[in-house]
Amino acid sequence: MKRQTIDKGVQSGFLLIALFSITVLSLIMVFLFIQGIPIFDLISVKEFVFGQYWYPTDDPAAFGIFPLILGSICVTLLSGMMAIPLGIMTAIYLAEIAPPKVAEIVKPIVELMASMPSVVIGFFGMVVVAPFIQQIFDIPVGLNMFNASLMLAFMAVPTICSISEDAIFSVPIALKEASFALGATHFETIAKIIIPASLSGICTAVILGLSRAIGETMVVLMAAGGAAMIPGSIFDPVRPLPASIAAEMAEAPFRSEHYHALFAIGIVLFLFTLMFNLFADYLSHKFRQVGEASL
Amino acid sequence: MIKKRLFTQKIWFLCLKIAVLINGAALAVILYFILSRGWRAISWEFLTQAPRDSMTAGGILPCIVGTICLCLVTILVALPIGVASAIYLNEYATQGKLVRVIRLGINNLAGVPSIVFGLFGLAFFCIVLKMGVSVAAGGLTLGIMTLPVIIGASEEALKSVPNTYREASLAMGATKWQTIRRVVLPVAFPGIITGSILGLSRAAGETAPIMYTGAVFFTPDLPTSIFDEVMALPYHIYVLATAGTNIEATRHLQYGTALVLIVLVLGMNLFAIILRSKMRKKLRI
Repeated sequence: MKRQTIDKGVQSGFLLIALFSITVLSLIMVFLFIQGIPIFDLISVKEFVFGQYWYPTDDPAAFGIFPLILGSICVTLLSGMMAIPLGIMTAIYLAEIAPPKVAEIVKPIVELMASMPSVVIGFFGMVVVAPFIQQIFDIPVGLNMFNASLMLAFMAVPTICSISEDAIFSVPIALKEASFALGATHFETIAKIIIPASLSGICTAVILGLSRAIGETMVVLMAAGGAAMIPGSIFDPVRPLPASIAAEMAEAPFRSEHYHALFAIGIVLFLFTLMFNLFADYLSHKFRQVGEASL
Repeated sequence: MIKKRLFTQKIWFLCLKIAVLINGAALAVILYFILSRGWRAISWEFLTQAPRDSMTAGGILPCIVGTICLCLVTILVALPIGVASAIYLNEYATQGKLVRVIRLGINNLAGVPSIVFGLFGLAFFCIVLKMGVSVAAGGLTLGIMTLPVIIGASEEALKSVPNTYREASLAMGATKWQTIRRVVLPVAFPGIITGSILGLSRAAGETAPIMYTGAVFFTPDLPTSIFDEVMALPYHIYVLATAGTNIEATRHLQYGTALVLIVLVLGMNLFAIILRSKMRKKLRI
């Protein structure tokens, strides 16, 4: 066979394999829908999403996931309030201020944070943080929204930090020098030039960090308390979407209403993160920094 | 005036340093608790025996073996597909709609929650492909989850190969495939391996995707084929901590298992980080 023919064949082979990811993504969507749609024979989409009561094993069962959605949103926002400032500040420190020697220590710390298994963080929240919170705030249970958010923040910081750092790092040096030349201090340059110039990257980082937090399972399963009710304070136990799926799949009989309802929760969760990711993708393409001219 | 501005700068830089310290402290506290309470559980017996007395005594050997088996299947699935995808994206593809779609697929796959991978694995591998709860189903689920990480790492490694290498090879009359196979891949190889180890370490610590696809509560036997079910370290921690027969009394076993998992995962990470920094130094010369 001619070398060129082989070459053509190899190229198409690689293309086929490259299409694997998008195929899997579509398959995930298809299977979630196949297994999740049957629940909507029983109740309407509106009743499912906005229903106030989640009693899947009662007779008659109630499949309203509003408390679960609210639980997910609350823990994600609360963890964002902790993780966003921490992550961005660490990124600024790493990209702008840290001497190379210090950066060489801090970077592996952030990477090790990212690589901590979620089950270990959930376990830590359960056995160490929960009793601690219980004592300090004098509340009946330590497994609650605050605990889960704290643990989720720990997981979101590395994502936010590393993507923001890349964005800050890629700001053209000429902008910085121009700012210095006008007599601005280093901090003024960071606050008024560098952050605005890398804002789209930082936003992408925040969205991806939050998307990681909303989809995280083990932490909210172990540390959030697991009560499917609308939280009244940050010290109330909650049951976010992923926790519900993970906790109940074992006891849901195959192809029962409960089983289909859990897959429908999977659809909601999938759509949440898909939205986050598409938005992040849009941001990073729309406002991509192309040299100094685009500012 | 300038004094005041420099003072503001000082205060803010201090805040940034405090933020970094908070991160470091959080990591240190977690590591401290797991290490200090976990090491007492570690013994030769703990590492080499199966759990006894409805998991209140004995060791975690089946979990260690199970996690290693799952990792092997994961890497067998994710590495070839990941590297090949990266080769297409970096070496063959030209900017266009198709590449945009492929990248969108990869980015979104990276963002799919781990429990949704678990649901998919259950519905597709376990039920439709009739694998049941097995190493194969669990490893495949973890494999597709790890795929985006490996693609990203491999692309990075391929990008770092200087274009002059490719041009020199093409100028000698080699075809594109020969160039990739004999020139580009060998240079990019260490980078690809580093990234793959990082991806694999994440898979090793994941619980949600294998809860209903690969790992079980308890099985005394070691797996003999890839269609056997296994115990796994992360799932074992979860089970002992939330559903064990005596949660308080097995606390030391939980810490011990967590310590073994952390040592495994962080060990892989440190290895990869050291490998990478060594490579960077080599590239600089």
